[in-house]
Formats: sequence, C-alpha cells, structure tokens
Amino acid sequence: MIWVLDITMLFFLVVCAIAAISIKDLLSAVIILSGYSLIMAVVWVEMHSVDVGFTEAAVGAGITTVLFIATLARTEGRSED
Amino acid sequence: MSRIQESVIIRTVVRIMVPFIELFALYVIIHGAGGPGGGFQGGVIFGAAIILYAMIYGIAEGKKRVSDALDRILASTGLTIYAGTGLLCILFGGMFLQYGAVPLIPDDPAKVSKYLIDLVEIGIGTTVAAVMISLFFDVSPPESEEGELPDYEGAD
Repeated sequence: MIWVLDITMLFFLVVCAIAAISIKDLLSAVIILSGYSLIMAVVWVEMHSVDVGFTEAAVGAGITTVLFIATLARTEGRSED
Repeated sequence: MSRIQESVIIRTVVRIMVPFIELFALYVIIHGAGGPGGGFQGGVIFGAAIILYAMIYGIAEGKKRVSDALDRILASTGLTIYAGTGLLCILFGGMFLQYGAVPLIPDDPAKVSKYLIDLVEIGIGTTVAAVMISLFFDVSPPESEEGELPDYEGAD
C-alpha cells in the first residue's frame, strides 16, 4: 500500500463522482463516469485485487460507457433537474 | 456516413485492432483459472471488439456479421455448456460443478478439474459476449436510410 497514491486516487474519485452527478450535459456525465471507473480500477489493483480491477476496467470503463452513449443517441442529451 | 465513420484512419485502425482484441479476449478466458481474468471479463472484451466494429462500420454491417439469430444461438450454447458441465458432475455422483467426480482421467481428479474449469469458462465467455453484443444492438439507435448513427446534438 502506497498511502500517498491511495489518498490522491480517492480524492480524484470523489471529484469525479460529484462532477458526474452535478453536470447538466449527459454526454459529459457519461465520460466523467468512465473516468471514475478507470480510477476505481487503479484503486482495486493497488489494493491487490487484480481480478476485480480487471472487471471494473472492462465493464465499468468499457461496455457501460458504450451502452450509455448508444442510449444517449436516442434521447435529448440534457438533464432537466 | 457521419464524419467519424468515414475517417480512413479510424476505419484502418479498427480493422487492424479487432483481431488482436479478440485474441486477447481468448487469452483472458483461457487463463481465468490460473490468474486474473476469466469467462466474464474475456466475454466482455470479446463483445467489445464486435461492438467497436459495429460502431465504425455501421450497425447494419455488424448485424450482417453477428445476426440476431446467431446471438441467440451463441447465448444459449454457452449456457448449455455451463449447465451441462455441472449436470455431468451430478451424473457421476458428485455435487453440481464438483469436477473431481467425473472419471475422465481415473487417477488424477485434479487434472479433470482443471480441464472442466476451462470448459465452464468458455461457456460463460460465449454467453456473456453474445449478450453484450445483443444489448448493444438493442440499445443502439435505429438506422436512418444511409445506415448511420444519427449525430449527437446534446452539447451546447
């Protein structure tokens, strides 16, 4: 465990999480969410859980983003609230 | 076609990358028993390769390669492999997925277990890849007459 790396990663994780729920443009929110997943994958690997980190990178940062963007292409793309 | 889809660079890179992504997916599936990875992650990566192809070359072209019928067949085949392996163990007197009970190699149950785990991983990978591809085809926007994704108009 490298605690400086841990604290930095967790800080960026919180920043990404808050940005993803507060931003109005939904495409930006999806991309920030994929960045959140990528940081989370690094955190998992850093905690010696390579299998979970692998899944997070493949599913969270990969497939979920693609499915969200494909869904966005059918909708308006802006949040009202 | 949209601007991204007719870019020569993107089309060429995708054409070169897709086989390597699929090879990596097969590596992840087969090495799932001994290291990080496994059927689920490998299946997702394999599905992502096909999705990447369909995104750039058009949904219609992707559906020509992996049709809905093929998707359904692959998904149910993977499930059958998984459940069949488990039931095979019950047939030979063990529990569900108790690989050592199958007398494939009589004096080495550990080796049987190794091969059957790989078989189960292949089944999981097949189902996950097929379901991911069909999820993308279901969610992706309907084709306009030229067979392209409509342009995104959300940003200011």
